[in-house]
Amino acid sequence: MNEFLHQLASGLALGGVYAIMALALVMIYQATQLVNFAQGEMAMFSTYFAWKLMDMGWPYWRAFAATVLISFAGGVVIERLVVRPFAKAPVLASVIVFIGLALIFNALAGWLYGYSVTSFDTPFSGRPWFGNVYMSAHESGAVAVSLCVLALVYAFFRFTPLGLAMRAAAQNPVSSRLVGIRVGWMLAIGWGLAAAIGAIAGMMAAPIVYLDPNMMAGILLYSFAGAVLGGIDSPFGAALGGFAVGVLENLVGAYAVGAEVKLSVALAIIVGVLVWRPSGLFGRRLVARV
Amino acid sequence: MSGSSGSQRFAATLAVLACALAFPFLASGYHLYQGAQVLILAIALLGLNLLTGFNGQISLGHGAFFAIGGYGAAILTAKFGVPYWAAIPIASLVCFGAGFLFGFPALRFGGLYLALATFALAVATPQILSYKGFDAWTGGSQGVLLAKPHAPFGLLNADQWIYLVCLLCAAALYWAARNLATGRIGRALIAIRDQPIAAETMGVNAALYKTTCFGVSALYAGVAGGLSAIAVGFVSPESFGLSLSLSFLVGIVVGGLASLGGVLFGALFIEFVPNLADQLSVNFGESAKALPGAIYGLLLILLMAAMPTGVAGALRAVARVFGRGFASRRQSGIEGGGAASASREM
Repeated sequence: MNEFLHQLASGLALGGVYAIMALALVMIYQATQLVNFAQGEMAMFSTYFAWKLMDMGWPYWRAFAATVLISFAGGVVIERLVVRPFAKAPVLASVIVFIGLALIFNALAGWLYGYSVTSFDTPFSGRPWFGNVYMSAHESGAVAVSLCVLALVYAFFRFTPLGLAMRAAAQNPVSSRLVGIRVGWMLAIGWGLAAAIGAIAGMMAAPIVYLDPNMMAGILLYSFAGAVLGGIDSPFGAALGGFAVGVLENLVGAYAVGAEVKLSVALAIIVGVLVWRPSGLFGRRLVARV
Repeated sequence: MSGSSGSQRFAATLAVLACALAFPFLASGYHLYQGAQVLILAIALLGLNLLTGFNGQISLGHGAFFAIGGYGAAILTAKFGVPYWAAIPIASLVCFGAGFLFGFPALRFGGLYLALATFALAVATPQILSYKGFDAWTGGSQGVLLAKPHAPFGLLNADQWIYLVCLLCAAALYWAARNLATGRIGRALIAIRDQPIAAETMGVNAALYKTTCFGVSALYAGVAGGLSAIAVGFVSPESFGLSLSLSFLVGIVVGGLASLGGVLFGALFIEFVPNLADQLSVNFGESAKALPGAIYGLLLILLMAAMPTGVAGALRAVARVFGRGFASRRQSGIEGGGAASASREM
């Protein structure tokens, strides 16, 4: 029982990372109906950036804040320079461009920072929180940060004029433009937010999975699974799906198939959900207009 | 014009085939091995291009079918003593089945979801291959060793023989793909890609075509995987990861989406760029490892932006410019008597 609760708890910690990654994916999906395959590598690159800052002697939270801001700017720039020219291209072209972006970031990280596995600091060190014996301090901290991010994103979209404008631009670009919303910029800000959230996910994941240029491939896959499970057009569903996948992955890995084939859990979830309930648990059913 | 581009293509095909046939008697050793690798990659790219280029189904996971073909051939020859010329067809039929079955759920996915599912397949493949439960067959993370086949009657050395086997397979599969793509089936595949609803209204059985196309595409990848297993003499899980699947995607984009001849350029590209990086790493150390990824990524984006038809499209454009100049000169020279040949030129 103890062991079970321990697995459950560490599943929740990574689940929080998957949840906010899935949220970042959904943010871009809602606006463009595209899934950003480069999200993971962008997050990895941001995490390396934070590592570099800390290596230069910056304290954790200052490096954290700087990384989030720079990632936001980077996301906006990428949308403007790379993604925008393909706005009207078919899905295949967009997917190829995203794969290209992912390859570039992976290569860039390898070139700048090397391919060796590095450890990454956590701000939540020391004794476990609240006498919680099942979670390390970092795991509790990661869950707390994920929940904070979810709450902030919810508040941003629910209570701020900019959030409202972004939702409008995603739902009905033509009408939004008619009432004076700059739809193009809303998309760019969406990319910036997704990149910033991804950076936080990367920094929360890195102390657990360690830092290397390929660290995000698995995490991105689980986030895909979480987003698909919850419904790729529902932010709430995707976040819940992320947590669920984190727990499921850990439990199935520990008790059913063994930790070394855990990635196939994500494959099974994705294929299973798409076969039995393509809209996910909380997504809207898609109806195509002929 | 169609007559002239048809004869141009025929001439080009013959020239490539002649070069490819002469190659094993001019080169030797490692170069021959690289030549065989190029042919093997070209076969896999043919399959992926039928699926992605012609039918518009995005697969980021063809490395998995390549792996099934490779492991199938390796297990059949090493553990069951099946000769390689029987093992490869059996393994590729298994791939056809696997692709067909994966194509079924793929029907409901639609473009983007299929990309997601195949991405998951590509990432999970090495783990599945090294799964302990299959250790007895797959050898876990150690992989499977198999003996290289010898040429019959001892006329050629083993490298030459493997190269020629690959060439034979590549030529036959190219011919088959050409026939598939230019006929009624090819038109149906393209119609499903460009106008799925209109295609179904016209009576194209989209479900059947899409699943069969996925199966055939997986079969091509399986043949390539099987050939690769006997050419390398070894299969192991790490060689079938995400990067293999992504390099296939790079290959068809570089060669040209929906161009069958272009796969040769794509295959040359993805065979020699990593090689080049290896050579550079002697001078530049570990950071040269990043070079293939950087080149691949930049090229994917630049080609999609500037030249979505790839190398094949560029060559076609060049040929058209030259062909036009040639045709107009001919026409002015043969004014009067050459109406028949001029009309054939159109």
